[in-house]
Amino acid sequence: MRLRLVPQDTNWDFMQYRHWTFGASLVAMVGAIAIWLIVGLNFGIDFLGGTTIRTDSTQAVDVGAYRDAIAPLELGDVVISEVFDPTFAPDQHVAQIRIQAQEGAESVTPETIAAVEAALQGVDPSITFPSVESVGPKVSGELITTALIAVAASLGAILIYIWLRFEWQFSVGAIAALIHDVVLTIGVFSLLQIRFDLATIAAILTIIGYSINDTVVIFDRLRENLIKYKKTPLIDVMNRSVNETLSRTLMTSGTTLLALVALLVLGGDVIRGFVFAIFWGVIVGTYSSVYVAKNVVLMLGVDRDPKQPDAGTQFGAVDA
Amino acid sequence: MLQIPLWKRVLIAAVCVIGIALAVPNLFYDRVERHNDALAALQAGAIASPEIEDDLSLWPEVLPSRLVNLGLDLRGGAHLLAEVQLADVYASRIDGYWPEVRDALRGLRDEIGTIRRQDGPPDRLRVRISRPEGMPAAIAAVEDLARPIATLTGVGARDIAVEGQGDILTVTLSEAERAATDERTMQQSLEIIRRRVDEAGTREPTIQRQGQDRILIQVPGIGSAQELKALIGTTARLTFHAVTGVTEDATSRVDADQLLLPSLDEAGVFYVLERTPVVSGDDLTDSQPGFDQNSLPAVTFRFNPSGARAFGQFTGQNVGAPFAIVLDEEVVTAPTIREAITGGSGQITGNFDVEEANRLAILLRAGALPAEMTFLEERTIGPELGQDSIDAGQVAALVAMAAVVVFMVLSYGLFGAFATVALGVNVALIFGVLGLIGGTLTLPGIAGIVLTIGMAVDANVLVFERIREEMKTAKGPARAIELGYQRALSAIIDANITTFIIAAILFTLGSGPVRGFAVTLGIGILTSVFTAIFVTRLLIVAWFERRRPRTIEV
Repeated sequence: MRLRLVPQDTNWDFMQYRHWTFGASLVAMVGAIAIWLIVGLNFGIDFLGGTTIRTDSTQAVDVGAYRDAIAPLELGDVVISEVFDPTFAPDQHVAQIRIQAQEGAESVTPETIAAVEAALQGVDPSITFPSVESVGPKVSGELITTALIAVAASLGAILIYIWLRFEWQFSVGAIAALIHDVVLTIGVFSLLQIRFDLATIAAILTIIGYSINDTVVIFDRLRENLIKYKKTPLIDVMNRSVNETLSRTLMTSGTTLLALVALLVLGGDVIRGFVFAIFWGVIVGTYSSVYVAKNVVLMLGVDRDPKQPDAGTQFGAVDA
Repeated sequence: MLQIPLWKRVLIAAVCVIGIALAVPNLFYDRVERHNDALAALQAGAIASPEIEDDLSLWPEVLPSRLVNLGLDLRGGAHLLAEVQLADVYASRIDGYWPEVRDALRGLRDEIGTIRRQDGPPDRLRVRISRPEGMPAAIAAVEDLARPIATLTGVGARDIAVEGQGDILTVTLSEAERAATDERTMQQSLEIIRRRVDEAGTREPTIQRQGQDRILIQVPGIGSAQELKALIGTTARLTFHAVTGVTEDATSRVDADQLLLPSLDEAGVFYVLERTPVVSGDDLTDSQPGFDQNSLPAVTFRFNPSGARAFGQFTGQNVGAPFAIVLDEEVVTAPTIREAITGGSGQITGNFDVEEANRLAILLRAGALPAEMTFLEERTIGPELGQDSIDAGQVAALVAMAAVVVFMVLSYGLFGAFATVALGVNVALIFGVLGLIGGTLTLPGIAGIVLTIGMAVDANVLVFERIREEMKTAKGPARAIELGYQRALSAIIDANITTFIIAAILFTLGSGPVRGFAVTLGIGILTSVFTAIFVTRLLIVAWFERRRPRTIEV
């Protein structure tokens, strides 16, 4: 007896929900952008400049006492937050302290860090500092630029690749799905105020990679079916393609999510934000492959010109 | 139908075996590392002590011993991004021209009158002449001093640019000379940082140039970024100057060819010195920590022959006068010359402790940095945090793997088990390739591997699903398997190429941990495609040939 995530030979009419889902996607995107503009992203020091100090102590974290100890140093905006994680030992109490970039300094001066450490040691003698990171405002500005270039370059490269391998409608659909995924990820990061840093950018690029993977598999089947069923309306061919690949889509998303859940729970707090972004992206990406990418292709229509019966199948017959 | 030629089978099996063999050392990371360190120590000329022998025997010589480098976020250590103040060097370069310019212009006294160096921006030399009408002659004379420089683009480029305005003659470095100077400064800075870090004896530091004027320094195992900064952030420019006066007024004006520098120990004391040093740290051949006659920590130094000659000559001519030892714009001491010092060696005593003396000796030995550095980014990661991350990552990877295996076997039965074997080979191959290319495993890299575990089954799933479909129409299981592989291939290729593009972009634009992630993701894509379309297939075909089942259940 095999585990089946979906019954064999489904023939569900996915595309009948296309107006609803497309509308929902649009609303979600608008909502995400609104949250992003209103609440804003919780940028880490990679993008803002400043210093983060991680503290580790056998005594419970007292955020108020930490704040009072640091306040006399007049460092401007100081954010102190306690970190919880199932992988910590019972008497391990961790906090994260973020200090804004100091005026006129390229990087936080050693004296400032030493002063903060001394002040905290006054509150709690058992405290240690497992990591201290400072990024100067000059570098953080450049990191933002690089991150934006990376996202734009990825989208551009995919646009071109899909265009070459499929048709331009597919490539527009794929990019629409990717933008949808990226926007929703930024939205959820704004909403939950998860720290947004360089690793998050890497996660977003991974989401792009995963989502396009999913989209391409369905497109590949669509292309095959378009050749097979030349007379069937586009919407029915799409439905058929989604149904045929449904089992695979759920299997792959399922295994990936399983692996990510393990990492999310057991991987430690340092990479939790990173893993969460990918986790979220896999869910959104699976959805957008079916409902955003294909919707857009459906709206644009496909040129089903029989003059190119073998469009895009040139790699299909490689013998392994 | 389902045929794979023997040579292909052997090749696939060989790749798997080699990959696994290369990955195995990573399972015994500690032992192999100690073995490798012992081996390196022996090769560096250490004498075989019992400890070294013990460490050496921890891992058999015949087995592969390459390890995956652990990134700073896993091993702990310090990371600095430094910006070299390239313009600093222009000032000393242009200062170096002053004696020549002075001599050249003095020869023209009749035409241009008296000359006087003016204060101005540090990267230009400004000279006032008393007869402005002689300016063309002065410019011509100074231009004669310009030397051609060899560059790739500028044929016939000169090292200095001269212009005159009114009675002021200005000498600056030419554009080509600046570029050449910048390049030299960066090379020197890199070399000196490397020497200083090596002197401190740490393992596998990364010292890389980034862009025009930046240097990335990553040193695993060092306590903090502060320690690293103390080692590489000091310029350590040592110079010896003639003293012309002592003052307590920090604002007193001095001539353009003089310097006003504070004393290191005595607060409020300032020395007036000749700007051009008699000898500089570049002429040192050795420097060691030691003690002076009062048993206070001191640093001894030795000059090279030309430095010794210059210093001997100077001290011979100035007996009874003081001279100053200047370290990074501060006067360490200003002793009076009792007699000519011709031996070419000396001692610096100052107000420092043993550790500082030790560090100063290292810095003097390694040489001075040509320019100052500012630090744009600094990160310290404690070793415990790194170990915690490794442990957490390991547990997560094992759990992820187990979950995926159960899921696959439940879904695809025997075929799922084949895919599981391929998955194991895949992870081994990732580590093998990482070790082979000297890649670095970072914390996001571990996440990349876990993600690959999830995604690697994708290609298998595509094939298995396709086989299921083909079973409905194809004649017999062999045909179904063959068609399943054939028809799933284009989707596999397209899907993986797009992900690979992303990995490549991440690699190009990312740095540090993100780059580590890109490397594991990229390798993971290659190995997972290999294992899915070759290894799983080989297993299925081998099984099929043995059993010859009439029907298969996927």
